[in-house]
Amino acid sequence: MTEREERRFAEVPRESIKLMAESTGVELSEEVAALLAEDVCYRLREATQNSSQFMRHAKRRKLSVEDFNRALRWSNTETVCGYGAQDALPFRPLKEGELFFVEDREINLVELALATNIPKGCAETMVRVHVSYLDGKGNLEPQGTVPTAVQSLSEDLLKYYQQITRAILGEDPHLMKVKSVSHDLDQLNRLLHMVKSLVQNPYLYLGSYVRSLVSSVMYCILEPLAASINPLNDHWTLRDYAALLLSHIFWTHGDLVSGLYHQILLSLQKVLSDPVRPLCSHYGAVVGLHALGWKAVERVLYPHLPAYWANLQAVLDDYSVSNAQVKADGHKVYGAILVAVERLLKMKALSLTLAAGGGSAGLPGTTTGAVGFRENSPGLSPPPEPLSEPPLGIASHLQAGGAGCQWEEWTPVSLPAMYCELYSFFGDSLAVRFSTDPPLGGAPSSRSCQPLEGRKEPASGAPNLENTRKMPQLTASMNISPRQDGSPRMEPQPPSLAATVPGRSLARSSSSSSSVSRSRSSSSRPGRSTSQSRDIFPKARFPLPQAGPPAFSFIIGGRQMGRRCQGRRFQTSFTPTPPLNTLPPRAYAHKLPVIGRVSKPVRRWTCSHYSLHLPL
Amino acid sequence: MAAVQDGPMELDTEKETKPEILSDGTSKLSGNAASGTLSSSPLTAGGAPKQEDQQTLIAVLQFLRRNKLSESVEILRREAGLEDQEDSQTLDGSGGGKGDRDGGEANSLLSRVSITSAAAPQSTLTPITVKRANEQLDVSVVLSAYSQQGDPSLYQVYYSGLKNFIESVLDCHRAELSQLFYPLFVHMYLELVYNNHENEAKAFFEKFGGDQECYYQDDLRVLCGLTKKEHLKGNEVLLDFRTSRFVLRISRDSYQLLKRHLQERHNNQIWNIIQEHLYIDIFDGMPRSKSQIDSMSGSFAGEARREVNKVKVFHGLLKEPEIEVPLDDEEDEAENEEGKPKKKKTKKDSMGSKSKKQDPNAPQQNRIPLPELKDSDKLDKIMYMKESTKRIRLGPENLPSICFYSFLNAYQGLTAVDFTDDSSLLAGGFADSTVRIWSVTPKKLRKVKSAGELNLIDKESDDVLERIMDEKTASESKILCGHSGPVYSVSFSPDRNYLLSSSEDGTVRLWSLQTFTCLVGYKGHNYPVWDTHFSPFGYYFVSGGHDRVARLWATDHYQPLRIFAGHLADVTCTRFHPNSNYVATGSTDRTIRLWDVLNGNCVRIFTGHKGPVHSLAFSPNGKFLASGSTDGRVLLWDIGHGLMIGELKGHTDTIYALKFSRDGEILASGSMDNTVRLWDSTKAFDDVETDDFTAATGHIHLPDNSQELLLGTYHSKSTPVTHLHFTRRNLLLAAGGYSSQ
Repeated sequence: MTEREERRFAEVPRESIKLMAESTGVELSEEVAALLAEDVCYRLREATQNSSQFMRHAKRRKLSVEDFNRALRWSNTETVCGYGAQDALPFRPLKEGELFFVEDREINLVELALATNIPKGCAETMVRVHVSYLDGKGNLEPQGTVPTAVQSLSEDLLKYYQQITRAILGEDPHLMKVKSVSHDLDQLNRLLHMVKSLVQNPYLYLGSYVRSLVSSVMYCILEPLAASINPLNDHWTLRDYAALLLSHIFWTHGDLVSGLYHQILLSLQKVLSDPVRPLCSHYGAVVGLHALGWKAVERVLYPHLPAYWANLQAVLDDYSVSNAQVKADGHKVYGAILVAVERLLKMKALSLTLAAGGGSAGLPGTTTGAVGFRENSPGLSPPPEPLSEPPLGIASHLQAGGAGCQWEEWTPVSLPAMYCELYSFFGDSLAVRFSTDPPLGGAPSSRSCQPLEGRKEPASGAPNLENTRKMPQLTASMNISPRQDGSPRMEPQPPSLAATVPGRSLARSSSSSSSVSRSRSSSSRPGRSTSQSRDIFPKARFPLPQAGPPAFSFIIGGRQMGRRCQGRRFQTSFTPTPPLNTLPPRAYAHKLPVIGRVSKPVRRWTCSHYSLHLPL
Repeated sequence: MAAVQDGPMELDTEKETKPEILSDGTSKLSGNAASGTLSSSPLTAGGAPKQEDQQTLIAVLQFLRRNKLSESVEILRREAGLEDQEDSQTLDGSGGGKGDRDGGEANSLLSRVSITSAAAPQSTLTPITVKRANEQLDVSVVLSAYSQQGDPSLYQVYYSGLKNFIESVLDCHRAELSQLFYPLFVHMYLELVYNNHENEAKAFFEKFGGDQECYYQDDLRVLCGLTKKEHLKGNEVLLDFRTSRFVLRISRDSYQLLKRHLQERHNNQIWNIIQEHLYIDIFDGMPRSKSQIDSMSGSFAGEARREVNKVKVFHGLLKEPEIEVPLDDEEDEAENEEGKPKKKKTKKDSMGSKSKKQDPNAPQQNRIPLPELKDSDKLDKIMYMKESTKRIRLGPENLPSICFYSFLNAYQGLTAVDFTDDSSLLAGGFADSTVRIWSVTPKKLRKVKSAGELNLIDKESDDVLERIMDEKTASESKILCGHSGPVYSVSFSPDRNYLLSSSEDGTVRLWSLQTFTCLVGYKGHNYPVWDTHFSPFGYYFVSGGHDRVARLWATDHYQPLRIFAGHLADVTCTRFHPNSNYVATGSTDRTIRLWDVLNGNCVRIFTGHKGPVHSLAFSPNGKFLASGSTDGRVLLWDIGHGLMIGELKGHTDTIYALKFSRDGEILASGSMDNTVRLWDSTKAFDDVETDDFTAATGHIHLPDNSQELLLGTYHSKSTPVTHLHFTRRNLLLAAGGYSSQ
């Protein structure tokens, strides 16, 4: 084939022809396949050209499957059935790899047939008349205009706007507000993707629009969407993604709007401290904080934790049936907090070690630490601007925007103290997370290993870490159950943002924040041996599991639900007494109850299909 | 698709090029019908390829024989022999054969139509027969012309030699000779393909495909996908290209130049193609400029030959029967209906007396038999006159108000809209094969009572018309189900008693608006029927479809009265002339043709569109025609002179609706780009300077004044404009389906 043809037309490669022939049991020679392929291409083109006239006469701009079928029918060819729906087929990217596919959901016909909520007939076709133009002049109302906000844009931008809105929303200008689509997760998802591409577009100066973008994204994170009411809807993913996006906006455009950081923190905090809000909002807040970096977690989440914990605990302890849904949500929040806290601790430790390595004061809030960290993993800590902002600035901002929500007097807490306190909340599950977290080598080798160096250094300079060593010491070893069939591969992280911001830690953050509590994907790296557990969280005093029978067992087991494993049940059983260590009274420690939600399969985040079984 | 091929077209080339036959036929007709007013001016035969005719004839004979239609064979043979071989009108011939078969029936049916029975069946079944014959035989005949060939590798040399020559000639000739590029290119490419020189063909396309005019892109796209001889056989588009001679208009000087060059170089290959596949219409005088050429070219088979547009067209309006108007407004009394638009004008032009006289351009009143006016029609006329006294005078300073009828929740896909003339009913055709009718006025739609109930009512009472209606069925809208494919057009009868709809299922259906049931399904087009339109006097209607022909029907005949064959591609839109004597058709071959209803002749071919024509509108005075196409341009035509007189640029998408205001002063165009645009048609028509020379040659300079003529652009809310209608008081109604995506 000449290059021209390849450029101008879609071609059916001869390999496909051969495959198709083989599937029907015919063996084709190379030559025949080539001829056939060419003929098929020609026939396809012909049918397409013929179908366009059906489109034109139906006075449409979009060629429909029906048009194509008509062309086929009139040329005495069998038609293609099953694609007649007028809605566009959702075209989904696969997060791993450059794979795009048309979503083809399985429909449970039995369920559909027996469903009681029979859809109402669609609205009657009707004709509306209105006087559009009086005497050819006066518009009674502005017709077909764009919202005022965009009217001031330049020609090019206007075109861009129209393209975008058309692509995203179709041509209905009424969908312009996020709120109006809060019932439609797909729409929101698409919106978020749009925001992402807007943000990623290096040629676009967003300027003051960042603020409105952020507010839209915040909406997605925090609002108790209408869609959340139905437990089948996967609004969690949406929140995860929005949070991720928020942090991304923040990293790339945070400098455009001063005080944005605090504003966001404020609103997140407000949500968190408001017990009336539904758990999904809380979840959003936690995820948002998590995405904004560990400092945000430290400053907002950590101080709030004691107060919040009581609420959460109450929810989790309620075993009544009516509470089941809420409880499931509670576990989501629990998981999110856990992940956030985990990273907080790790990062804090890391920054401590870095600071120690750099020979400066070990407080995490210092600019050195922040900057140093920022270099290592630009995605993780807030930009220097908000941090270096004088306290007064913060306070004044608070007064400006604070709606009765006070910053807690925030004093840096030392790492051990923090860990202790957190441990009192989470008990072993926190500890387990540390030990099961993939060590540095776990990240794909292509990723930057700077943090690793940073960590190794203090490992050698052990004395610096005296204080950390005093932490409760606990080791868990991980023994990964064989990979489940059909479960997704773990190598590729969700490529969304990680692709643009390299760095091990962000990749982690994206994976953890996105799959929080749905899948502890991080904890299920296969073939990971325990012995490499963190240097900073030193080895166990008791023998390693491989060496002898475990002193206690901690099982996080996943269960296959439905076709693809979805729901997850973490079951914890502490057979023997917890390891001896000098712990503060575990006031809140509790047995890990059932975590997870039972819902429809989620395919977007394929990492979530793990089942874990971690005997320690 | 392959079944739609060039059968009818082939016939038509003969018809066009041999008008003497037709005149022969019509002279037969004139005895009964048109009282001999038709001066069938025979055209100078345009050098019709005799050979081809014979081949076709033989092919038909073979086919008939194979199908054991011995009677038809005999008749055909006899007629062919009788008529001296050359005018072996296959049409007449086999038509006679068919006519024998159903002649008796047809005769009785056709008695009201004053056309001879021979002529009527002529147009009924034959094309289908011929078509099938052609399918099998004609293809090979047609293609065989390509079999002789030179060295394939030299084609590029030939072509580039010519290209160099044309580029080197004087500027004034260059534009004219450049017209040769496209047809030569296509024919050479097809020759290469036909002779299995696939790689040479590709290389040839690669090298010269980019040189062609941009408006041929669509055709080139089809062309470049075609690289195999087998594919060529099934592609009717390209078969057409081969079978129809591409018409070029070139001045004598330029032609001499070309001829000399080709002879000097012994460039036989190209010369052969020019001889065989091109028709060069040589004229004396100044070579045309590039812009003049561009404005006329773009059609599928080149420009129209000048002779075809020379026939006299009676574009005047018929005189209206005088109706006593019981009104105090005396002024209206003497006026007739179509005099109305003129009245406004004539008042202005102070030529008031003219409207009362017979328009010199008008056809004889009984040239086409028209149905007599019923009482209800007269009442309606009176209503019309009353309304028109209240009509708003439109003009550049006084633009019409626009009402937009949006179809909401039209998930099925709105494909066609029509209003009744008095704007009381609205019909929509949908892709789900339904037709829906809405009452635009508060008056609800009611069915007539059933037969049993009708027996009970008092027939003598004054309000019997009211009593026959069934109140129980009153509703704002009715759904008509019957088609089995998308409804591509709907058309109300002028008396509001009937509705026509044409559909993808190949039928045209006539619906009663009294009972809301289907009365007749007209089967004749075996392929999708894209458009149908009622005559302004009712009774007749025209339809056009994918089978490349337009058909004229009468509502009480289940077979067509005329078949207008000649377009090289689908007939996309059809319109009746206000005097009902002519039918205009627009086609995917990017031409517009005007057909004489009386004898089925093609009397005008308008070329200049660069895309399929999707809308047509006659001016109310019958002098002008406006056409809109997918290229977003509206072209204006002077029917009498057969000239393009204006080009209105502004739309950015296909124009699906065109309508003149009642007085013809404003042209409204509606498009897929969600806008309605108003144009100053008076100015557009006045601006044209029609001196004798341009009238004689057809070469006009189009003023580029679209912007001056554009009076306004009006946006809808993401609603493509499918239909436009001026009410009797000159309020503009637009309609379209709201599309949320």
